[in-house]
Amino acid sequence: MARKRRSVPEINAGSMADIAFLLLIFFLAVTTLDTDTGLMRQLPAIPDPNIPQDVNKINDRNILEVKVNKDNMLLVEGQLTDFNRLREIAHNFILNPNDSPNMPEKHVVNIPFFGNVAVTKAVISLQNDIGTKYGVYIAVQNELIAARAKLRDDLSRQQFGMPYDKLDDDRRGAIDDFFEVPISEAEPKRIGE
Amino acid sequence: MARFVKTGGKTVKAISTASLPDIVFIVLFFFMAITTMRETDVMVTVRLPETTEGKVLEKKSLASFIFIGEPLENFQALYGAEPKIQLNDTYKEIADIQDFIAQEREQLNEADKTKMLVVLKIDKDARMGIVTDVKQALRRASALKIMYASTNVDRIVYGQ
Repeated sequence: MARKRRSVPEINAGSMADIAFLLLIFFLAVTTLDTDTGLMRQLPAIPDPNIPQDVNKINDRNILEVKVNKDNMLLVEGQLTDFNRLREIAHNFILNPNDSPNMPEKHVVNIPFFGNVAVTKAVISLQNDIGTKYGVYIAVQNELIAARAKLRDDLSRQQFGMPYDKLDDDRRGAIDDFFEVPISEAEPKRIGE
Repeated sequence: MARFVKTGGKTVKAISTASLPDIVFIVLFFFMAITTMRETDVMVTVRLPETTEGKVLEKKSLASFIFIGEPLENFQALYGAEPKIQLNDTYKEIADIQDFIAQEREQLNEADKTKMLVVLKIDKDARMGIVTDVKQALRRASALKIMYASTNVDRIVYGQ
C-alpha cells in the first residue's frame, strides 16, 4: 500500500534565541576579563657557599643607595628624599651628564648597532626593613624601573627612531647593554631602629 | 510625467528576528572562547599596589600564583588577622613553598620548565618581612622569575 508523503513537522526555533541568551548571560557572568599586570623581576640565584664571593668589587661612586626604613621613609644616599623626586634622581644618576667625579663612571665597550660607546657602570642598590610596607617597596621599585625604562626608550627613539617596546630582540639587547643598570636587592636589615 | 502620489496604505513591515539567534550565538561563542574559569578561590584580601611600569602577563599557563594578605573576615576567627600565605586553596607556611613550586613545575611540560613564572599577589599593606621570606624560599626552590602583581595606572603622585 503506497503511503502518502510523510510530512516532517518543522521544529519551532522561536525559543532558540532565548536559550542562546541564557548561555550568553552565563558566560558573561563567569568571564573574568581582567589581565594580570605587574613588575617583572629576576631573583638572584642562591650563591654557592663553596665558591668564594668577590665582595666590594663595585666602586662606591657607581652605587646609588636607596633605602626604605620601617617608617616607610625613603633615604637616597643617606638623604631623606621625597618619593616624587626619586625618578629624577635615578635618571640623573644613571646618565651622569656632566661626568661628575662622584657619579658613576663610564667605560668604553663595543655594542652592536652603536660601535664603541661609553657605557655607565651604575648600579642601584635597594634595601628595605622587614617592617617596610610592601606598597612602598613596590613604589620605589616602580620609580627605579621607570627611570631606567625612560632612558632606554629615549635612546631607542634617538638611535632607531622607534619606541623601545617595538624593537626586535637584537636591538633591544643592544639598548639593554647600553643602560644595563642592575637593580640589586640586599638582604633586609633593620634600618633606623 | 512622474507621479509622486503614494498609492496604498502605510504599512510598517515587522522586522525579521530570524537572524537574532545567529547574532547571539556569535557573541556567545566569543565569550566562551575568552572565558577563563577562576581556578582558585582567593581567601585573603589582596589590594594590589599601583605602578606605572607594569607589564601584561602574557602566558598565564606558565604562571603560578602566591597570594599574601590578611585572611578574609570569616576565616579570621580561626587564623587571626595577620597576613598569611595562600597556595592553591589553603593557607600555607614558608616551608611549604618549596613543595608547591616543585609541584607546579611538575605540571609544566619539559620545554616550559625554565620559563616558569611565579606571580606574587601581595596586599600593599603587608610587611616586607613576610615578602622577603617568600622571596628567599623562591630562591631556594630556584624559581627565579617572579612578577609583583600590580594595577597599572598612568601617573602616581606620592604623598609625604
